Amino acid sequence: MIMTVQSAGEVSGLLHLHPSDNIVVAIRPLAQGEIIDVVGRSITVPRDMGLGHKLALVDIAEGCDVLKYGAPIGFASSAISAGDHVHLHNLTSRYTVIEDIEGTNA
Amino acid sequence: MTAMTGWLRADGRKGIRNVVLVAYLVECAHHVCSKIAKPFDESDVQVIGFSGCFPSDYGQEMMEALCTHPNVGAVQLVSLGCENFRKQQLEDVISASGRPVNLITIQAIGGKLAALEEGRAWVEDQVDTLRSAPKVPMDVSELVIGTICGGSDATSGLTGNPAAGRAFDRFVAEGATCMFEETGELIGCEHVMADRVSDPALRPAIIATVEKAARYYARMGYGSFSNGNALGGLSTIEEKSLGAYAKSGSSPISGIVRPAQRPPGKGLYLLDVVPDGDPKFGFPNINDTAEIIELIACGAHAVIFVTGRGSVVGSAISPVIKVCANPETHDRMADDMDVNAGRIPRGGATLDEVGDEIYGSIVALGRGARTRSEALGHVEFVLTYKTARPSEPSCHA
Repeated sequence: MIMTVQSAGEVSGLLHLHPSDNIVVAIRPLAQGEIIDVVGRSITVPRDMGLGHKLALVDIAEGCDVLKYGAPIGFASSAISAGDHVHLHNLTSRYTVIEDIEGTNA
Repeated sequence: MTAMTGWLRADGRKGIRNVVLVAYLVECAHHVCSKIAKPFDESDVQVIGFSGCFPSDYGQEMMEALCTHPNVGAVQLVSLGCENFRKQQLEDVISASGRPVNLITIQAIGGKLAALEEGRAWVEDQVDTLRSAPKVPMDVSELVIGTICGGSDATSGLTGNPAAGRAFDRFVAEGATCMFEETGELIGCEHVMADRVSDPALRPAIIATVEKAARYYARMGYGSFSNGNALGGLSTIEEKSLGAYAKSGSSPISGIVRPAQRPPGKGLYLLDVVPDGDPKFGFPNINDTAEIIELIACGAHAVIFVTGRGSVVGSAISPVIKVCANPETHDRMADDMDVNAGRIPRGGATLDEVGDEIYGSIVALGRGARTRSEALGHVEFVLTYKTARPSEPSCHA
């Protein structure tokens, strides 16, 4: 069931939308190298990224669900390490395969 | 805290507004209706109608539901005279609901000026009468609330929609009725949604409803995932849909309703806006207002509208609470917004706090508060052709 329980750390730049989520979401533009504390972890931003992009909160093994809002948004198409950018290059829909869109990948 | 009050209708429902509708039954009578309503304040007198001249069971059902909505106190109907709308049936339905109704036929009464004179006099009488109509106490559990999102951006699914979901959870917990919609924007999360049904028998219907929407929009050539979505950080269709879905909150889903159909009980309902059968008449809902009007036709006293890019719309009949998800948009359009969910990314509020604020803003509407769009005179209305819902009652309703 989806809940949108908000964890601590939302003011730092990364929002943890649901306690079971294994990703966090940028709520402002982030700069490469920024170190942000969120839900007890310290994440180093791997690249400049815009509002709405996702970083892995924990390691996610290949084939495992990526969880946002407490629900799966697809699976890891390759192993994802904590702090990695999670996007089209390492996250695949279980529903409809979306072709990589030029200029928006990592 | 002052208690909510409302106007008690003959069917037992209560309204938080008491408007006089001036309703055209074909576009040819639209201008006459606008002129009838012109001297009056938009909070008292509002224009709605069905433009088409060809018959429409959907248009008929929608007009009957809207003209007998609990927020409506009286109805002036305006017909040209030769259109196909079943105006006598509509007048009978309104009359049977206990509301004053007056039918003017322009061709019979002798043209525009005669119609205008009679219409204005009748409407003025109704406004005077309704002004002193007694109110009764109203409980939160008697509210019907709808939610939509429009002008969405990357912030909608992060702040505004989850906060609206929190408000929905509070309303459902207190016994109110809530409706969310746009199955076309739920493609990819139907299995997650199906896990939330209160009755397992509803599960296949939820999945079928979204699959129907996917087929329908594919036929319309609707692209469900764009380059802009990916630039905004969205990676999959599930993720995009979940952002919109978040506004439904976390309560169990009690059933599916169709446009102009009232939810049969308390709890959370999915409004299926996509007609059955082969696509006809184009897109199911041509814009945000068409969606808002369908929620109102299902009995919504008020609608929560979450926007990221910004919107100024309100609605005829029921107030629209606008929740702005994006702080930069709120900086630019604060006058049009009721709730600033953009405080969340700036650290000024949590999702819980904004959810409580949305809840409080809705309850305040029953204690005399007005929305920003009401204060600014917004009474948007759109109703187009659509295939009517199946005549047999849904087994899941």
